[in-house]
Amino acid sequence: MALPQRKTDIGPPHYKQFLPPVIQKNYGKWKYHEVINPGLMVHVGESGDKLWTVRVASPRILSTATIREHCDIAEKYCGGFFRYTTRNNVEFLVSDEKQVEPLRKDLTARGFKMGGIGSGISNVVHTQGWVHCHSACTDASGLVKSMMDELMPYFESKRLPNKVRLAVACCVNMCGAVHCSDIAVVAVHTKVPTIAHENFKNMCELPTVIGSCPTRAISPDPANKSVKINAEKCMYCGNCFTVCPPISIKDPERDGIAILVGGKVNSLRSNPKFSKLVIPYISNEPPRWPKAVAAIKHIVEVYAKNARKHERVGEWIERIGWERFFSLTGIDFTFQCIDDFTFMRDTMRTSSTFKW
Amino acid sequence: MKKYDTPLIDELEKGPWPSFVTEMKKAAKNNEMANDAVGHLEKCFKTKVGYWKHGGIVGVLGYGGGVIGRYSELGDEFPGVAHFHTVRINQPSGFFYSSAALREICDIWDRYGSGLTNVHGSTGDLVLLGTKTDALEAIFAEYSSRGWDLGGSGSALRTPSCCVGPGRCEWTNYDTLDLNYALTQEFQDEIHRPMFAYKFKIKMSGCACDCVASIARADMSIIGTWKGKIEVNQDEVKNYAKNGMDINAEIVNMCPTQCISYDGKELKINNAECSRCMHCITRMTKALKPTGERGATICIGSKAPIVVGSLLSWVIVPFIKVEPPYTEVKDLIRKIWEWWDENAKPRERIGEVIEMKGMRSFLEGIGQTPIPQQIKEPRKDPFMFYTEDDMAAFKAKEVEEKKSGKYKF
Repeated sequence: MALPQRKTDIGPPHYKQFLPPVIQKNYGKWKYHEVINPGLMVHVGESGDKLWTVRVASPRILSTATIREHCDIAEKYCGGFFRYTTRNNVEFLVSDEKQVEPLRKDLTARGFKMGGIGSGISNVVHTQGWVHCHSACTDASGLVKSMMDELMPYFESKRLPNKVRLAVACCVNMCGAVHCSDIAVVAVHTKVPTIAHENFKNMCELPTVIGSCPTRAISPDPANKSVKINAEKCMYCGNCFTVCPPISIKDPERDGIAILVGGKVNSLRSNPKFSKLVIPYISNEPPRWPKAVAAIKHIVEVYAKNARKHERVGEWIERIGWERFFSLTGIDFTFQCIDDFTFMRDTMRTSSTFKW
Repeated sequence: MKKYDTPLIDELEKGPWPSFVTEMKKAAKNNEMANDAVGHLEKCFKTKVGYWKHGGIVGVLGYGGGVIGRYSELGDEFPGVAHFHTVRINQPSGFFYSSAALREICDIWDRYGSGLTNVHGSTGDLVLLGTKTDALEAIFAEYSSRGWDLGGSGSALRTPSCCVGPGRCEWTNYDTLDLNYALTQEFQDEIHRPMFAYKFKIKMSGCACDCVASIARADMSIIGTWKGKIEVNQDEVKNYAKNGMDINAEIVNMCPTQCISYDGKELKINNAECSRCMHCITRMTKALKPTGERGATICIGSKAPIVVGSLLSWVIVPFIKVEPPYTEVKDLIRKIWEWWDENAKPRERIGEVIEMKGMRSFLEGIGQTPIPQQIKEPRKDPFMFYTEDDMAAFKAKEVEEKKSGKYKF
């Protein structure tokens, strides 16, 4: 079969053709919305028109078969119109109230999970992991599945003081705003890389490799026509591996995960915040990562019990103090929690006022 | 087709959350590549390491990006994933689709690839996972002839993305969907032909809720804001109170600028002191509404930790009008790229270059003047540059003061 004529630089299709008529009509003229339950909200236009959104969980990795099932559902209840969210949920856009309950029933019958709206836990932003990335030190999708199986009630029904945004990065490259999440999981290496010197000169650029190191641990090794790594300076970030394949950093027994908490991206009440390290290391335990999952669930539960309404994890911790966070959660405080990289001067305490 | 025994990843088909393993197996039913991807993943779970090699340079004629080369070290054992490249399809603004459009995307993908996708990738593209080098030109011809283009990759403008905006949100301060479309179209060359020192991401949020996390993961964050008052509907305030909201605890006491008061009957806002954080508006959306001039705050520089630590974007333009044809925003972007291009070493994000060269150099480079809205606090140390022009201006001001007899600090 002959191929059609290719076109270049056309950009994406115009979004207007994908907006259902109720959105075309009320575009930019929405008055308010109400969250009816964690899987359903309604937006009301100045015109009085209403748009119901039914939100459904997705594993982000989708087969074309499942995307077609989304299409079938949208055609049956939504005139074929739906969207996905930045956190990888599916949103069915319903303009006829009579279709809402039949849609919800159908989704339940098909095994889809509705939820994720409002003060609970929505889908997890995450990276590729072993499924498809060269620098992964764990599997992001596997961790997410394991976490969310355990946290499911907070997606579907159970409420929290505010939303808790979760994220998983399978290496410190952290593609996807993992560094500003209420609870962030990042996979880490813990060992100095090894170098296959014989391949270096054919595959790597010396200045790029030296420049890739944030701690200046890499210097030339002229005898080997390669580089050497100063073990006392290396923090195992793996950036040298990214720019130079003969450098190897993967280690199945030493690679693990760290947990950071208290980040957010919105400016509500307080400024956006980075997530901060609280648990420096948990072993990689596929296929279910039981200790990591237990740690995350524990942090969520302590937050749920102690935070005030509307406080995000980071705001709650700032109010009670980090020393109180560690005592309430019982998490061991370790040297890794003290910044000895770029932010030490801003993160050490400079007053004699604290709690016991 | 080879049948793989997958006891470890089968564990991830249990439990209530939708399973990506089930998705991979669905695709594997009639696709050799997806089938080998399943076996390949089981092996990773067993040995606790990944086997994907560094990306190679693959792509389509005339483009320098949009396809990410991916090869497995275990090509002999799993021939279906020996080549397993990623194709990034530029998503429509706001991730809105019609079923017809998505069916078309699926049909093409089933013909040429693994049938596996990410909807969506972190940057925003609709990601097609796993195809072979010799299928790329055909894939591109099929998609582009039907109105779909590739997204960005490598040292290029990455596919811009935005929040749902006026499509379905009462809080948006500008048309995020339209600006996103306009910028994507304007900068097609910069998306498809990597010409920068490193990646550059633009993300657009309609308000300070920042649903696309632009402040944390976009080299340029365009966040909607407004300049007028918050209009209060006192009847709706009464309804919130009647329905159980503790307005003093939940709204008044949580206002970061303490500009709200409530006497049990009326909610009052001292608008001049409001910093537009959105807390009260999001909690009382029926009662409170921003009014007056709308626009956006432009921030620059955020990125993930590699290389020298994460950055959040810094405010450079506190308020800009965002209206079609968006000439002011487009001109600003071009000036930013020009300064970056002149000052960056390879693989330096713009935030890192600003840290190296100094914010003054950057602001002057793009023609922005200093204004207190840009900072959290002024500098703490007394080490600073005085240019000849600065000194001339300080001296001229003092001459003026002597003439008028009035100090002007």
